[in-house]
Amino acid sequence: MKKSLTRIDDFTARREHLASMTELELKQYFWDLAERCVQPMVALASTHTSPAIERSVLLRMGFSSIEAKTLVDKTIQYQLMGKGAGHVVFRLSRIKKVSIREAGLQLIKDEGWEDVRQSFEVRS
Amino acid sequence: MTDPRRKLSIQEILSDLEHYAPRRRGWTWRIPAKNLIQHGYHYTDTSEPLKNSVSLPAAKYFSQIDPQPIQVITTEIASGRFEDDIRRMRMAAWHGADHIMVIRTAGQSHFDGLIEGTPQGVGGVPITRKQVRAQRKALDMIEDEVGRPINYHSYVSGVAGPEIAVMFAEEGVNGAHQDPQYNVLYRNINMVRSFVDAAESKKIMSWANILQIDGAHNANATAIEAWKVMPELMVQHAINCQFSIHSGMPKSHIALSTVPPTASPAPDLKINLPYAVALRDFFSDFKFRAQMNTKYMESSTREATVTHVLNMVISKLTSADIQSTITPDEGRNVPWHMFNVEACDTAKQTLIGLDGLLEMVEIKKEGYLPQKTREIKERSILFFEELLECGGYFQAVERGFFIDSGIYPERNGDGIVRKIDGGVGADTVYERNDDYFAPVTAHFGYNNIQQYGLTPSDNPATLIGGSTFEDRSKIQFIDELDESDNVHIRIAETAPYRDSSIIKPEVEWLADGVVTLDLTLPTSIRYAEGAALEIAKKMNLHEAEVIHREILHPAEGTRIQVKGKVDFSIDLEHVQLPQEPNILHEDEIKAYLEMHPLKVVAGTVGEDEHSVGLREIIDIKHGGIEKYGIMCDYLGTSVPITKLVDAAIETNADAILLSTIISHDDIHYKNMKKTHEYALEKGVRAQLIIIGGGTQVTPELAVKNGLDAGFGRGTKGIHVASFLVQKHKENHP
Repeated sequence: MKKSLTRIDDFTARREHLASMTELELKQYFWDLAERCVQPMVALASTHTSPAIERSVLLRMGFSSIEAKTLVDKTIQYQLMGKGAGHVVFRLSRIKKVSIREAGLQLIKDEGWEDVRQSFEVRS
Repeated sequence: MTDPRRKLSIQEILSDLEHYAPRRRGWTWRIPAKNLIQHGYHYTDTSEPLKNSVSLPAAKYFSQIDPQPIQVITTEIASGRFEDDIRRMRMAAWHGADHIMVIRTAGQSHFDGLIEGTPQGVGGVPITRKQVRAQRKALDMIEDEVGRPINYHSYVSGVAGPEIAVMFAEEGVNGAHQDPQYNVLYRNINMVRSFVDAAESKKIMSWANILQIDGAHNANATAIEAWKVMPELMVQHAINCQFSIHSGMPKSHIALSTVPPTASPAPDLKINLPYAVALRDFFSDFKFRAQMNTKYMESSTREATVTHVLNMVISKLTSADIQSTITPDEGRNVPWHMFNVEACDTAKQTLIGLDGLLEMVEIKKEGYLPQKTREIKERSILFFEELLECGGYFQAVERGFFIDSGIYPERNGDGIVRKIDGGVGADTVYERNDDYFAPVTAHFGYNNIQQYGLTPSDNPATLIGGSTFEDRSKIQFIDELDESDNVHIRIAETAPYRDSSIIKPEVEWLADGVVTLDLTLPTSIRYAEGAALEIAKKMNLHEAEVIHREILHPAEGTRIQVKGKVDFSIDLEHVQLPQEPNILHEDEIKAYLEMHPLKVVAGTVGEDEHSVGLREIIDIKHGGIEKYGIMCDYLGTSVPITKLVDAAIETNADAILLSTIISHDDIHYKNMKKTHEYALEKGVRAQLIIIGGGTQVTPELAVKNGLDAGFGRGTKGIHVASFLVQKHKENHP
């Protein structure tokens, strides 16, 4: 593997712009930098989801870990992750007028996916 | 209710577990004890005492007090078998632990989903709902027994973080490690996935008031020279803190996991203290979990303990909301029961010993310390600046910014490199569509609930009649998935040792049979090691292994510790119990002697010049019987028997203490017999209590030779005083 950057300790030269700061200013500046560092990652997290997040949603909706795994795997397979796996279950329960749990169990049995896809207007 | 005289029943804990609900959610701090006074001492930084505990060994000189530090004390327990860990948790709680951290089995980070059931782990336990629920249930029983809430803790990391967070929230887990950087740097889990998952995990943890501990301390253990990562550690802490705040976590529930990075023979405090001060300055709004150094732990438990005590000096000089403990044996094996207990005792002893430190000393505001502190802060800022210049956190990780062995801005080019599109779980993150929706409580980020008629302040879970967070009857409990690897199989295997009178020695698991031998061998280290294993073989120890070697002198001697297994067991029903010395409480002895002053004459009899033992029994400065107010007439050494008895008559003494060390030809017993007979002859035997003592004296033989009592090796003044009082009471009803 290519070696990363090497550099001798140039702290004395680099720190010049910090030298005149008070302790309080230094602390304020440190937290400003921290904020700038995390902002893009917060935005990323806010607009994206993952299999683990969707499984955690399904757990909270009353599914077991095994059921949640199957549901998310199928949600990926049916290209519905952008809607949310919990949303898929919720939508089917509305379409079929059945409980959340019943809707999820149908989806696990591979039933109802086309209904959900149509209602989301997703085309393959 | 538990009974302190009985073992916890694992069967009882497992029974009806599917219906067990935790009694509370969230973290609990200790309750400060304002102006605690115990045994006449005023304490400054203590918390409310326990209902049941084991106090420090020296507490017997301080009316058995057991003052508790203000800091929550952590112990890490994970032997691979959660059912045995429960027993250790109870031991640790009695020694002051109220934060029980359960280490996960190796490899769980990469398990994409929840593990269920109770399989056995390696270097930790598989964290499953059943295991967590059983341990929380056990801790509910244990906390009632000791009289203080116990925080239960594990890890919300790996590729299944959000699911684990949900399960922890549902099961009443009180604290958890959560830091996406840990995934990225040490578990090679994709960085994008790690941060996206982390926001959800943190949001869930916040709902459950779970205290979060970050993962920055791992950099110390990983770095080539631990102290050089100090600037980047500040950065790592800040990233996790700031990201947590944006995920909805209050600062009161965000704790830094901080370790004094170096250890003696480095100048420990010179390096570690400025760093500790810098951290507390910059992170003053957050909580501190002070971890102990693990980087430089070797097999010497003594050395580790000294390092850990120095770590706690820093905790007291700066601050620590939680004092974590590392078992002193962690440098050589997965921790054993007694070392969890030792580590808790080390923390309690040190923190109580340092009580009120900051009322007497303060951190200097001029000179080396503030200069060094400032330097660390500036170096961390420079690290942040360059991180942003190169494009941000992900790009910095790609370029190997982290865990470089140079002290930033020095760079040695050996940092950990991870790729944005690499690692476990790469390419598994999906953009949420405009109509993305999740009908649950504590969901982070974009959630289009308006499409179903809700307003932004509404809880999405109302659309499904509440999630498991509102209605726990919706939780699906899975019992076991593996018929060949579960707690019921393990319990059946150890059944002969459970709730029976049969026992085996153990260090981590019931009946594991492990014992240690501590040997000093008069030879060099290599021969000593070989000889030690031969000795273990001759002692019938199986699977013998050297666990510690220490040079006493290159030629004169080596200390070796060996562990091995015994294959026998002991039936307690056939064990002969050693006679317990009948000891009265000091106050009781003093009270009796105030009403009935006692006088004794004492001397070493025969041709015997030994004086030390008897003086220790008598002298006030050795805790001898004078301390209780017994008047002693000491006649010296080589005292004729007749003189001892005559002196007792003349001074109207109540008792004779005769010391006899020389045992050649049973001369000690012969002298006892003669004393008894001479007292009879003089007609004073009935009113005189005659006691014999010496290193070779067997109590039963002393009595057989006519004395009222005999005392052998290890006797203290209190034993003799107790006997004198009891015998005098008997003679004068």
